[in-house]
Amino acid sequence: MAELLKTEHLVKTYEKNARPALNDVTLAIPEGRIVGLLGPNGSGKTTLIKLINGLLTPTSGSVTINGYAPGPETKAVVSYLPDRFCLPQDKTIEELINYYFDFYADFDTERANDMLSRLQIDPHSRVKTLSKGTQEKLQLVLVMSRRARLYILDEPIAGVDPAARDYILKTIISNYQEDASILLSTHLISDVEPILDDVIFIRNGRLVLCSSVEELREEQGKSLDTYFREVFAC
Amino acid sequence: MSWKLDSDRPIYTQLLEILQINIVSGHYPPGSKLKSVRELAMDAGVNPNTMQRAFAELEQQGLIRTERTAGRFVTEDTEMVGKTRETIAGAQLDLFLEKMEQLGFGRQEIVEFVSTRALAQAGRRNSASAGSDTNGGAQA
Repeated sequence: MAELLKTEHLVKTYEKNARPALNDVTLAIPEGRIVGLLGPNGSGKTTLIKLINGLLTPTSGSVTINGYAPGPETKAVVSYLPDRFCLPQDKTIEELINYYFDFYADFDTERANDMLSRLQIDPHSRVKTLSKGTQEKLQLVLVMSRRARLYILDEPIAGVDPAARDYILKTIISNYQEDASILLSTHLISDVEPILDDVIFIRNGRLVLCSSVEELREEQGKSLDTYFREVFAC
Repeated sequence: MSWKLDSDRPIYTQLLEILQINIVSGHYPPGSKLKSVRELAMDAGVNPNTMQRAFAELEQQGLIRTERTAGRFVTEDTEMVGKTRETIAGAQLDLFLEKMEQLGFGRQEIVEFVSTRALAQAGRRNSASAGSDTNGGAQA
């Protein structure tokens, strides 16, 4: 299986002499996997995600996606959901969909409209009139409507009600193509557990574990959620 | 059977158990076509790769077969389906016997207990359905 994402000895230090936010992280994600990125608050999850998206530059080490360093070639194939809301407030949803369609060659308008109607979001409404949860759903709809190779979702379901959460997880399963992969960070482990292939644990910027979830369940005889609580017990 | 999954056991083994029960119980009849891996994965809310793994195992056991372009079908070998059914039932019985022994029942006692209980339940079910018939008539 070809490797889609690769990091080698990745280090990120925000300030001189400070503790690195990410320290010597080497990992690879092959095609066709759904990977959970888990770790306590401040462990470096968002830093790793921002490095993969080229929003931060590594202090040392490297990131490659499909063989390219983050740049225009990778942005064309990576669909990224940031950890905060970043859509213009004054646009209507319809305008945003057109904007995404113009901007991304792989954007599927039909898929976006289909998801919006399932989630009962009116495409004529203006972004600023939406509740916080609906804004989050909208952002995720836009991200999942691209036919990307790699989806990177930073806390995709945190602010969304349980019913919509189920729908969104089903959307994630059904929408990604077989050669695409998904990297998602979350605290809601038990919700995402059944859909994960692999899991990456990080703590204090270091890789603790990178394993298949089924193997972990088999070896440990416990759920990922329970195992996480043990590994990261305070 | 519905897709009820525990998260402390490998999911593919649980999917395998559910699929096996659906086959031996005739819920998926012999020779019938199965839904695609992706559709079933959606129904169960699991990763398609995990469902695929359960399917591969079923295929190895001979309970399903894949036809290149047409999809996956339940086997028509009813003898083998019957054998699998007995194996699953046997495993359930062993669990039951173990529990009953923990409660201090002897083998003979268990047999008697089970047969009286099963007959009593069958009797109740018959009288209950007869009763509901008469009630239904009265209400109408």
